[in-house]
Amino acid sequence: MKTFSIGGVHPHDNKVYSAHQPIQECPLPKKAIIPLVQHIGAPAQPVVEKGQKVKVGELLAKAGGFVSANIHSPYSGTITKIDSTIDAWGMRMPAIFMDVEGDEWLDTIDRSTDVIRECQLEPKEIIDRISAAGIVGLGGACFPTHVKLMPPPGKKAEVLIVNGVECEPYLTCDHQLMLEHGEEIMIGIQLLMRALGIDKAIIGIEKNKPDAIARMNELAARTLGVEVLPLRLKYPQGGEKQLIDACIHRQVPSGALPIEVGAVVDNVATIYAVYEAVQKHKPLISRVMTVTGKSVEKPGNYSVRFGTPLTEVVALAGGVPEDTGKIIGGGPMMGRAMNNIDMPTNKRVSGLLFLPENESRRVEPENCIRCGKCVSACPMGLEPYLLAKQAEKQMWDEMEKHDVMDCIDCGCCLFTCPSHRPLLDYIRMGKATVGGIIRARAQKK
Amino acid sequence: MNLILIALLVLGLTGLLAALLLYLMAWKFKVEEDPRIDLVQEVLPGANCGGCGFAGCRALAEACVKADSLDGLLCPVGGSEVMAKVGAILGMEASAAEPMIAVMRCNGVCEARPRTSEYDGVRSCRIQNSLYVGETACPFGCLGCGDCVEACQFDAIHINPKTGLPEVDEEKCVACGKCVKACPRNIIELRKKGPKGRRMLVQCVNKDKGAIARKACLNACIGCGKCQKECKFDAIVVENNVAYIDFNKCRLCRKCEAVCPTGAIHSVNFPPKPAPKAEPTDNAVTTADQAQSSQTTKKEEAQA
Repeated sequence: MKTFSIGGVHPHDNKVYSAHQPIQECPLPKKAIIPLVQHIGAPAQPVVEKGQKVKVGELLAKAGGFVSANIHSPYSGTITKIDSTIDAWGMRMPAIFMDVEGDEWLDTIDRSTDVIRECQLEPKEIIDRISAAGIVGLGGACFPTHVKLMPPPGKKAEVLIVNGVECEPYLTCDHQLMLEHGEEIMIGIQLLMRALGIDKAIIGIEKNKPDAIARMNELAARTLGVEVLPLRLKYPQGGEKQLIDACIHRQVPSGALPIEVGAVVDNVATIYAVYEAVQKHKPLISRVMTVTGKSVEKPGNYSVRFGTPLTEVVALAGGVPEDTGKIIGGGPMMGRAMNNIDMPTNKRVSGLLFLPENESRRVEPENCIRCGKCVSACPMGLEPYLLAKQAEKQMWDEMEKHDVMDCIDCGCCLFTCPSHRPLLDYIRMGKATVGGIIRARAQKK
Repeated sequence: MNLILIALLVLGLTGLLAALLLYLMAWKFKVEEDPRIDLVQEVLPGANCGGCGFAGCRALAEACVKADSLDGLLCPVGGSEVMAKVGAILGMEASAAEPMIAVMRCNGVCEARPRTSEYDGVRSCRIQNSLYVGETACPFGCLGCGDCVEACQFDAIHINPKTGLPEVDEEKCVACGKCVKACPRNIIELRKKGPKGRRMLVQCVNKDKGAIARKACLNACIGCGKCQKECKFDAIVVENNVAYIDFNKCRLCRKCEAVCPTGAIHSVNFPPKPAPKAEPTDNAVTTADQAQSSQTTKKEEAQA
C-alpha cells in the first residue's frame, strides 16, 4: 500500500466517536452573522444594503479580487447591519448581520434529492458556475477552487487527485460524506475532469475507512478513468503535496503549486459542492462539520449553514461537556484552540473538538536533546529544531534560507518531540514574519 | 652546542624577516583613519544598543566625524551631555536634544480588564499576538508576556506582578527604542520626558468603538472626544475611537485629565493637587503614596 515518502507521524485516529453518524441538519438560527472573510485572499465586497430582504442563495458579497470568493445568503430574511464581529480567536472581522425569516429559496435552485448525471456544459461554463457559487477548498485552506481550475499558461493538468484521506484525527465529516453522497461526488469528479480536459482521476482514501473505499470502488467501477487508491495510514497524508507524492510519486518543488507537476487536488467535500453548484445551481451555503470529543454527549456529523452560531451546533451535540479544557476548531493536529464559540460557522470550520482538561494541558518544555526526531518527522524535509531556534532569536533571513515558507503547519515536529518543545509555535510565528518581509520586498519592487 | 646555535640563528633570522615583512606591509597598506573617530568613540557610552539608528557606537562616531553638523545625530543613552562632549571634540555646536522616555500606553490592570481565557503556550507576546486576542477581550492591549523586558539592555522595564503590566524605570530608561520595536501591539512609544519629567498621555490604544472597548476594559479610551473639545492647544486628536496627545503641542494644563470619563488620560510626575477640604491638607500626596497613606491611616485607626 502506498504512502508519501518523507516524514510523517502516527497519532491515534480517535474517529470512533463520530464515525458512521448520519449527517444531521442543524436547525436554522433566529439571527445569523455571515462573515465576509471565509477564504484565503481579499475579503468579499458586500453587494447588499441594510434593510434589504434576501432569499436563500442570493449573492451577499462578491469576490474582492482574483484569489477571493463570492458569498451567498444561507438564509432568507432581512439584513440588519454590516459591521464587524468577533471571530473564534477574539479578533475583529467584517460580517453581514441578518434576521432569519422563514426558509425561502431562490427559484433557480433545484432542491430535490434526484441525482442529475447529464452535463453538456463547456469547460469554461463549468468553471464559471464554480466561481459564481463561491466554492473554496473545504479541506481547510479555503483556497478558491476556480483558481485551481485555471492553470497558468504553459502548464497543463494531467491528473485530478481527490482527497478523501481525512488524516486529521477525530474528524469524520468527509468519511460520512463519501458514504452518503458517493454518487454525487463521482459526478462532481467527472465535472472537474471535463473542466480540466483530462481523463484521469485518483481518489486517495486511507485504509482506516474500508467502507468508504468499498463504496467508492463500487462507483468507480462504473466510471471511466477514475481509480480508487487505498493509502497506508500516516499523518499528514491529506496535505496537498504529501497526497500527490503518495498517489503519483511526484514531488512538488519548493514554493511551487501542484500544477507544476500536472496535478490538481480537491477535497471530497469541495467536489460535492461542485456537483451541487453545477448540476443543481446551489451555491456554497453549508458544509458538513464534525462535533466530537471523548465526553461529548452526541458526537456526530452535522450539516450546518454558514452563519449559524457555533453554540447552536454545540447544543445539538448535547452542549459543552463539563470536563472541557480546550475547544479546538478543526482537528487536534492542525486546529487552533478557540476562546469564543459564539462565533458563526463558516467555510473554514471543519470540526469542533472538545478536549478534556487532563488532555489539553501542555507539558512543560525541556531542553532540546538533539535527537533529530523532528527532522525525521517533518514531511517537508525541514529542520524544525533549527527553525524554532532561529525564530526565537529573530533571525528572519536565516529562516528564509532554511525554507521556512515550505512549512505546512502540520505539527508533526511538535507531536514527536520528546522534550515537548513548542517548535510549531515558534516556526509559525517565524513563518508569518518572514512571509510579511517577503511581501513587503515584493511590493517595493 | 653547534646544533643549538644553528637553531637559534635560523629562528632568529626567520623572526627578523617576518617582522620586516610585517612592517613593510603595515606601511604599504596603511588605512588613513581620522583619529577623532577613536576620541569620539571613547566618549560614547559603548552600549552598542543601536538606539541612535546606527549599527553601534563606532558607527555613530564615524557618522559624527563625517557630518557637517551634529543636528539629527543623537546618542539617546548619553543624551545632550555626551553630545556636548562630542561637539567639543569635533569643534561643533551640539543641539540640545530634549530627553525622551519610553511610555507604556495600556492601563489594562487586572481589576479593569477581566480575563476571558487562559494562555498556556510559549511565554512570548509575539507568538501570543499571532495566535489570538490574548487572555483578555482587548485585541489592542498589553499581553504581559514581557517581550519588552527581554529586549531592554538597561534593565529599565519590568513587569509589575500586581498589575501584570510592564513599568518603565524613569531613572534607567535611555529611550533607545528597543522595547518599542519588541512590542507586537505597538503599545510602547517614545515621548518627550517633559519639563521636570511632567507629561500627559492617554494610556489606551484600543481602536474599538466605545461600548466594545469599555466592555473589554474599564480603563479604556472610548473616543468620546471630551478631551479634544476641552483642549485649547489642539494637542489632542481623536482618531479611530482613541485619543492621542501630541507631546509637542501639549502645555500640561491637565484639563483633559479632569474631563476624561474613564480615566484613560494620565498625568505623570505632577506635584499633588491640593486635597479636598474635608481631609487634612498637609497630607497631600501623589496617587501612589495615597494608597499607602490610606493604609497607614487605617493602621493608625486600628491602633487607636
